[in-house]
Amino acid sequence: MSQQEYSEKVMDHFMNPRNVGMIEDPDGYGKVGNPTCGDVMEIFIRVKDDKIEDIKFRTFGCGAAIATSSMTTEMALGKTVEEGMKISRDDVADELGGLPPNKMHCSNLAADALHMALEDYRRKIADKKT
Amino acid sequence: MKRIYMDHAATTPLAPEVLEAMIPYFSQRYGNPSSLHSFGREAREAVEEARAEVAALLNAEPSEIYFTSGGTESDNLAIKGIARRNRKKGRHIITSSIEHPAVLEVCRSLTREGFEVTYLPVTKEGLVEVGAVEEAVCEDTILISIMHANNEIGTIQPLEEIGRLAREKEIYFHTDGVQTAGKIPVDVRSLGIDAFSISAHKLYGPKGAGALFIRKGVRIESIQQGGGHERGMRSGTENVPGIAGLGMAARIAKENMAEESERMRSLRDRMSGWVLKNIEGSWLNGHPDKRLPSNLNFGFRYIEGESLLLHLDALGIAASTGSACSSKKLAASHVLSAIGLSPVDSHGSLRITLGMENSEEDVDRACRAIFDSVKRLREISAMRPE
Repeated sequence: MSQQEYSEKVMDHFMNPRNVGMIEDPDGYGKVGNPTCGDVMEIFIRVKDDKIEDIKFRTFGCGAAIATSSMTTEMALGKTVEEGMKISRDDVADELGGLPPNKMHCSNLAADALHMALEDYRRKIADKKT
Repeated sequence: MKRIYMDHAATTPLAPEVLEAMIPYFSQRYGNPSSLHSFGREAREAVEEARAEVAALLNAEPSEIYFTSGGTESDNLAIKGIARRNRKKGRHIITSSIEHPAVLEVCRSLTREGFEVTYLPVTKEGLVEVGAVEEAVCEDTILISIMHANNEIGTIQPLEEIGRLAREKEIYFHTDGVQTAGKIPVDVRSLGIDAFSISAHKLYGPKGAGALFIRKGVRIESIQQGGGHERGMRSGTENVPGIAGLGMAARIAKENMAEESERMRSLRDRMSGWVLKNIEGSWLNGHPDKRLPSNLNFGFRYIEGESLLLHLDALGIAASTGSACSSKKLAASHVLSAIGLSPVDSHGSLRITLGMENSEEDVDRACRAIFDSVKRLREISAMRPE
């Protein structure tokens, strides 16, 4: 793949992103990135019986940032919390048919936002128990 | 869907007359201009005719025009050629922080040869201040290189005042005129310019051809040695079809300039008027009126330029951005940084550069496409008004 070219799958997720939006009062919330670097992503999750029942994202960023966010939510939907924690940045990139090398590092942060949302959920559960 | 090209600062389509002027020089009149026979003579004639056309466009003498492979080579030749030839006189060069890389990188490379370079800051509209140039001048200054109009934000520099200063101080003055030649009037005499770079493909000519005006009497040396073509200034067999194309492009540009620049200005103002009025959180980078008639550089809050570009591309509109995310180095545009834009604000930049084929309908369609794309991306965006 050339330096700045996106795969068809990346373009599809970029042009028609899945699960865009937010969840009011989510069970878990994660936000990563930095507007100075050009990418900010937030992920909202609803969890029921340990499964990710609903997931939404909002992203400020380039094509890769939006596509990886969309793909991450699609991969996570219906998974258990544990399974969700195992989704890695590389898994997301692979599922998209690869990313331009210069985008692998800076724009592929959605998995981190997902993990943060799942940890937020776990923390809330733990807080409730105590 | 009809695609609309609005990236003319990157390159322009070849004008049909230009193509026609070039075609004979590929397989019919293919002679080498250095050859004495009739094949050579007809190629030589084409080169000399083109030289006269380019000279006329700049109000120069034909003998002051040297053909090159394009803007980058012209900048290299002017800056390295003048600096090296005059190094005994001094080793200081003044340029601006918003020059094209073809100037900035050449200056940087000269520091390894012992030259010192001052990169002048610009105002938030992108203007070089003549006072700042004057302050930067020292005993050792041999060359000032300031572009005519900036390729990203379109700001037109006060060349006449800088030229006057350069003459007073007896310092050579080079200008990268790649974005202005053929678009707005250029008179190298009244502007007091010693060297002026132009590129064919920015004025509806072919890629791979350009020229450098060098005022008669300027002390400069060649940077490419060989068979001594272009009166020893630029060795290498002339790109005859390219040069013929540049000549025709220069001629057409001169004939149409008054009318075409007025038409560009009106399309530009129509577009900026509509966008700034209808899209909240938008602004114009660059100078409000000291600006190329064909250039617009918008900023949009809460969205990123590469995303915007891709959405516009899907809607058939071709434009450009200064966002870091779209650049190979992932660094924000040095021009947008120099005018004081924060990294966040430079992410949302969109450059529209209009051209010959664009109509009022095209502009209106582009406005709608920008509106829709910005709206869509803001709906997705994690950034929003506080």
